[in-house]
Amino acid sequence: MTKNTEFLIHNIKLAATLATCDVRSKYRRSMLGPFWLTINMSVIIVSIGLVFGSIFGSPMEEFLPFLAVGFILWTFIASTINDGCTAFIEAEIIIKQLPIPLFVFILRILWKNVLILSHNILILACVFLFYSKGLSVVALLSIPALLLVLLFLSWIASLCAMLGARFRDSAPIVSNLLQVLFFLTPIIWMPSSLSAHRVGFLEWNPFYHLVELIRSPLLGQAPRLTSWFVILGIALSGCLFILFVFTRKRARVVYWL
Amino acid sequence: MANIQLSQVGVVIPIYTANSRLLSKKVLQLFIGGALISDQGSYVSVCALRDLNFQLSDGDRIGLIGHNGAGKSTLLRVLSGAYTPTHGQVHLQGRVGSLIDINLGIDYEATGRENIYLRCAFLGVSKEETRAMLDEIIKFSELEDFIDLPMRTYSSGMQLRLAFSVSTIIRPEILLMDEWLAIGDERFRKKTEARLAELVESTKILVIASHSRNLIMKTCNRVLWLEHGTVKMDGTPEEVCTAYFG
Repeated sequence: MTKNTEFLIHNIKLAATLATCDVRSKYRRSMLGPFWLTINMSVIIVSIGLVFGSIFGSPMEEFLPFLAVGFILWTFIASTINDGCTAFIEAEIIIKQLPIPLFVFILRILWKNVLILSHNILILACVFLFYSKGLSVVALLSIPALLLVLLFLSWIASLCAMLGARFRDSAPIVSNLLQVLFFLTPIIWMPSSLSAHRVGFLEWNPFYHLVELIRSPLLGQAPRLTSWFVILGIALSGCLFILFVFTRKRARVVYWL
Repeated sequence: MANIQLSQVGVVIPIYTANSRLLSKKVLQLFIGGALISDQGSYVSVCALRDLNFQLSDGDRIGLIGHNGAGKSTLLRVLSGAYTPTHGQVHLQGRVGSLIDINLGIDYEATGRENIYLRCAFLGVSKEETRAMLDEIIKFSELEDFIDLPMRTYSSGMQLRLAFSVSTIIRPEILLMDEWLAIGDERFRKKTEARLAELVESTKILVIASHSRNLIMKTCNRVLWLEHGTVKMDGTPEEVCTAYFG
């Protein structure tokens, strides 16, 4: 093994250790531990499902699985981006003392949120069982989709981390934007409840494609090619952009903290 | 072989006031246009280090002295690699280990044992290596059964003992210290003294910042006196300490 790969592997392990610590220490003294996250989430999903399902008059066996998958994914996406804003700020003491590469702190928040996401899969299992909805082979597509979503989130989180360190107002701005996007993205409402000419606007919302990529295979439909291309395109150009910014500004980050 | 070479090294730290950190202000400036242009980038900067030129090689035991704010800690951070200097070049050869803040990254909700792994991960020690050294670390810290209790239940002395036991297992080629670590009661202090002496002995280059004349005279063979971010005097401990401490 070359020195570089060894260095890389060590830092990936460090990020994983930090992420596990983050999830654990949050719920260390409670009996149910991290499953409180799952319980909170189920309560929200059931309440939203009952209220909005009846407002829109959607059939529950269709609406609730749609809502559960969408809401869990949205929480994952939004909290990854929100955590991104404080990724460097919270590691200030460490960054100022040790030459640990900054990507460790980005990986840390990605991994932390993946861990939380994996707890929430339990809810999906319950919802799918309850409505005796099986998974088809198409569902396997959600795995590459998740990897692509992670790539997409990694550059946004990196950008937010840098902005957050330099401009302390970024965090509330970002969380506000996410709040607006939550309502603009079909999570608690179904695209079918939009009139035909409004559906077109959805195509311009990358977060719609982001959610669709994982949601539709789980609900038994392969994601549209458009969604793959949009997300892949934004992810790749975003990563290139962030690499460019990182190589130029990486050394400055410590002075912003 | 370990080697450190600084040429023309300077560190300028920007101090952003709450105002210039506001993204909204930057955005406002875009809209207001010319009016506030002169205000752009008008944050205060502190020149923490400037024009540092020196070379350290195997066998050097460097003492850093100087008043508060002279740049000792900044220099240690540059040497540890955390700060990339804003000016000049640092050439560093050899593994760097730091005992500047041994409490770094402690998770108080986690047990002592978990914190050993965490701290080792920060030090660049793998899980397998940590496992191999675990018993030795626990034995040295004398925490015994407390090791499986959360760190928050420890007395401050116990926390320090554990932090010390873990942090000193590394054997770096370049060792950075901010003051000598003296912890615990009389008996434990003897143990730490022996451990530190052994660590310093095995390291090729030692850089230690201190306000103690005795310590500098005892451990160092060369002293840098920093003032306002530059080297005011560079020489043997006798010369520099006489000039500095009087």
